[in-house]
Amino acid sequence: MVFVPDSEEQVTRYSRHILLPEVGGKGQQKIGQARVLIVGAGGLGSPAAFYLAAAGIGTIGLIDSDAVDLSNLQRQIIHQTPDIGRPKVASAKAKILALNPNVAVETHAARLTGENALDLIGRYDIVVDGVDTFPAKFLINDACFFARKPLVHGGILRFEGRVFTILPGQSACLRCIFRQPPPPGAVATCQEAGVIGALAGVIGTIQTTEVLKLILGKGRLLTNRLLDYDARETRFREIQVAKNPRCPLCGERPEITRLFEHEPEVCAVRTV
Amino acid sequence: MRVTINGKSEEVSGSTVLEILKAKDVSPQMVAVEFNSKMLERDELGSTVVKDGDAIEFLFYMGGGA
Repeated sequence: MVFVPDSEEQVTRYSRHILLPEVGGKGQQKIGQARVLIVGAGGLGSPAAFYLAAAGIGTIGLIDSDAVDLSNLQRQIIHQTPDIGRPKVASAKAKILALNPNVAVETHAARLTGENALDLIGRYDIVVDGVDTFPAKFLINDACFFARKPLVHGGILRFEGRVFTILPGQSACLRCIFRQPPPPGAVATCQEAGVIGALAGVIGTIQTTEVLKLILGKGRLLTNRLLDYDARETRFREIQVAKNPRCPLCGERPEITRLFEHEPEVCAVRTV
Repeated sequence: MRVTINGKSEEVSGSTVLEILKAKDVSPQMVAVEFNSKMLERDELGSTVVKDGDAIEFLFYMGGGA
């Protein structure tokens, strides 16, 4: 819902934003008009959904095909014990609306696929990557390139996390760095290797801040640099990267000219 | 020979990026390599000669999120 400057409720609700010169009433209005898609209502998607809702994002789209599982609750903070068994998108929507009824929530109880990705992503302004498989991360990367939508990539595993913002065609994409997903089963998932729950909060909130900066057009984005976080050492490290002319997707002679899905990671343990 | 690997100065033996990867027991399939701020293709790892003072970034996949 659009921010209404003469609504006392909204002025009060967003007052700490409006006070910021970088936001102000105009910026809050931009936030209120934005449409953000969160792919995966899990570890990264939870803090992203909460803070985007609190910020007054106009429309939040959620896509996830899973139901809440007991093992999710250690980090997927938008879901709570009574939600076990409930579709994650429904559980997340309820919390978003309880926090901020001004937000419109669009739920998609589905898996992002090569068939639905372009249509779905095309309906939003910005995409947040909160998925936990490489084929899905590459699918989102490619779909955002073809749909020309900014993407805020995030990843967490064990004690480490990464954030990376992609302006398709303008800044380095995931394939500029990693041509393709690792061989199936070669890199562990959180389900196999574990993850410190609070790490999802650190990375998911940095992703959310990137989304807000994109909407406001303020600050310096995490484009062309990876931000890696090592929670064990409490150390952030930035790695400069550049758009790769030989990138198979956004390079000078692209090999990938249409959307496709990489083979699923057959070795990954499925809990649902 | 001293090179900078992932931001840290290290003494390494091996004359190519591929040899350094092998010495560190990293499979080339598991990593993207940036050499002096330029991404290397996998088939360039064995032909890229490392000199004193070069900077190498091994970028590992980070896949989780749910």
